[in-house]
Amino acid sequence: MSEFMQFVLSGATLGAVYALIALGFTLIYNASDVVNFAQGEFVMLGGMFTVFAHAAGLPLPLAALLAILATAFIGVAFNKLAIETARSAPVVSLIIITIGASIFIQGAAQIVFDKQLHRFPSISGDAPINILGATILPQSLWVVAGAVVVFLGLFLFFTRTLTGRAVMATSNNRLAAQLVGINTNLMMTLSFGLSAAIGALAGVLITPITLTSYQVGVPLALKGFAAAMLGGMGNPKGALVGGVLLGLLESLTAGYLSSQYKDAVAFIVILVLLSVKPQGLFGQKTVNRV
Amino acid sequence: MKQVIKTFALAGVAALALTAAARAEIKIGATVSETGPAAFLGDPEAKTLKMLVEQINAAGGVKGEKIKLTVYDDGGDATKARTFATRLIEEDGVVAIIGGSVTGAAMAVIPVAEEAKVPFIALAGAIEIIDPVRPYTFKTPHTDRMACEKIFEDMKKRGFTKIGMISGTDGFGASMRKQCLDVASKAGVAVVADESYGPKDTDMTPQLTNIRSKSDVQAVLNPGFGQGPSIVTRNYHQLGVKIPFYQSHGVASDGFIKLAGAEAAEGVRLPSGALLIADILPADDVQKKVVSDYKAQYEKAFKEPVSTFGGYAYDAVLILVDAMKRAKSLKGPDIRDAIEGTQKLVGTTGVFSFSPKDHLGLDLTAFRMLEIQKGGWTIAK
Repeated sequence: MSEFMQFVLSGATLGAVYALIALGFTLIYNASDVVNFAQGEFVMLGGMFTVFAHAAGLPLPLAALLAILATAFIGVAFNKLAIETARSAPVVSLIIITIGASIFIQGAAQIVFDKQLHRFPSISGDAPINILGATILPQSLWVVAGAVVVFLGLFLFFTRTLTGRAVMATSNNRLAAQLVGINTNLMMTLSFGLSAAIGALAGVLITPITLTSYQVGVPLALKGFAAAMLGGMGNPKGALVGGVLLGLLESLTAGYLSSQYKDAVAFIVILVLLSVKPQGLFGQKTVNRV
Repeated sequence: MKQVIKTFALAGVAALALTAAARAEIKIGATVSETGPAAFLGDPEAKTLKMLVEQINAAGGVKGEKIKLTVYDDGGDATKARTFATRLIEEDGVVAIIGGSVTGAAMAVIPVAEEAKVPFIALAGAIEIIDPVRPYTFKTPHTDRMACEKIFEDMKKRGFTKIGMISGTDGFGASMRKQCLDVASKAGVAVVADESYGPKDTDMTPQLTNIRSKSDVQAVLNPGFGQGPSIVTRNYHQLGVKIPFYQSHGVASDGFIKLAGAEAAEGVRLPSGALLIADILPADDVQKKVVSDYKAQYEKAFKEPVSTFGGYAYDAVLILVDAMKRAKSLKGPDIRDAIEGTQKLVGTTGVFSFSPKDHLGLDLTAFRMLEIQKGGWTIAK
């Protein structure tokens, strides 16, 4: 029993990490239909900026705040320099641009920071918490809390605020949105800035568990992307549920089947689900009127 | 006609001048991965080679002749390593080659060196380089298999015969896992749990939970490299597993203690070369002087911590120079014979004694068993 409990808690830890990263995909996707493959780099930047600001003598909370602001700024710059200049290009080209940006940010991070692995202290220590004979680290709870807060924030943003609806409108029909007076450029800038900030927040929260280095972005983004696809791209609820499901799948497979197959099993489940329900668990069916 | 004779005469003079210049120096070649993904290996290796050759030349060279070192950067690429080996032999006319930071590159140099009868001292880890023994190929780093044997020796000494393993699926972890499984039964150790994790995984508690649930496991070994072992060590501590925990030489660095945290790393044992613990080696240790000197020189010259990998290059030069002093002539086959005759040469990695059957020349004393205590290294008793 305590083993099952441990697998569930491990899955929850992993799942919260994936969910937090998956949530970062939703904003940009909702504003532009672009899947931002540089999202993992925002996570990396959040962690690395914090590490180096902390090493330079700043207290941890201040270093984290600075990291989130700096990453948001990079997100905005990324939109202004790379995405906005190619605005008339089809979505596929924009997605390829984000892959290019991901490679660029990784290369730059290698030079600006270094190639070593880093870590900073957990928010509330490393003493494991005991639940029914299984253990979880306090930092995992912080990640879970972070994921829930970001989820609630995004949910309210998209359903309750005018700006949130304007973002959705920009993605649905850019021309129509402009005609009703929405500044679509501003909406894009906003979505990149906020996505980068969410990514950086994820980086700050998960680094004490996962460690960070210039190359952690891509594998994390892939898992986050898989979680977002599973739950339904663009839907915050989907990102949350998809992340937790993916984490549980991995840890239960590693625990009960074999640790060698855990990635394979997780991805097979995703493939099967997507072939039955291509828009993911909570994704909306797109209907085109002819 | 006159013109032709003149040209020939000129060419002859030029050729004579060239041979004269060539005779005044001993040419040694190297191909290491100074850049690329294996730069953490090749960079300290190249620095060490250049530093050491400069020192030897300043002290008068070998047999009164200066050494001329040519270093190429193969970026860890096997094809490039092979091309550079050919260029070193055919164009640069070297008498010996040092290099191959990664196993792939080293394996690519072997056929070229063997065919040209030029001694080659490899700096990569895999046992395949010297097993089977090839006449002109030697190597300086100890093998994964020796690390396994050292760890099992220590486990047996503490009375552990049933162990669990959790290995990374990266190149290092997978290779060491295979070697450990190979030598386990001979060492009298049974592997009763065998788990694995991906090199980019961020949580290994399910695998460790499974190992913990096997009640007969007496010790756990984690062959791996990079971030994996740090996370495994943290997870091990999180789960509160009380069984003794072993890491591999792949993480023998201060960085590991920092990443895993002193609390989680407390009591972890791992095998390591003498270089890392130069400061705490007892004064009467046979390697004390060599490793302390190299550490001091390297850290003074490059303002960065010395690494085991640079030590491999240091030993290669040491072996080569020692052999050239004893060799009948400075031709490939004579140098080769002299290298094979090397006895009890103290290097940074261990004490080298080659034989026609052994082109690695190290035994288990090259490894020291260390234990992490209060965030620092101690020599395990």
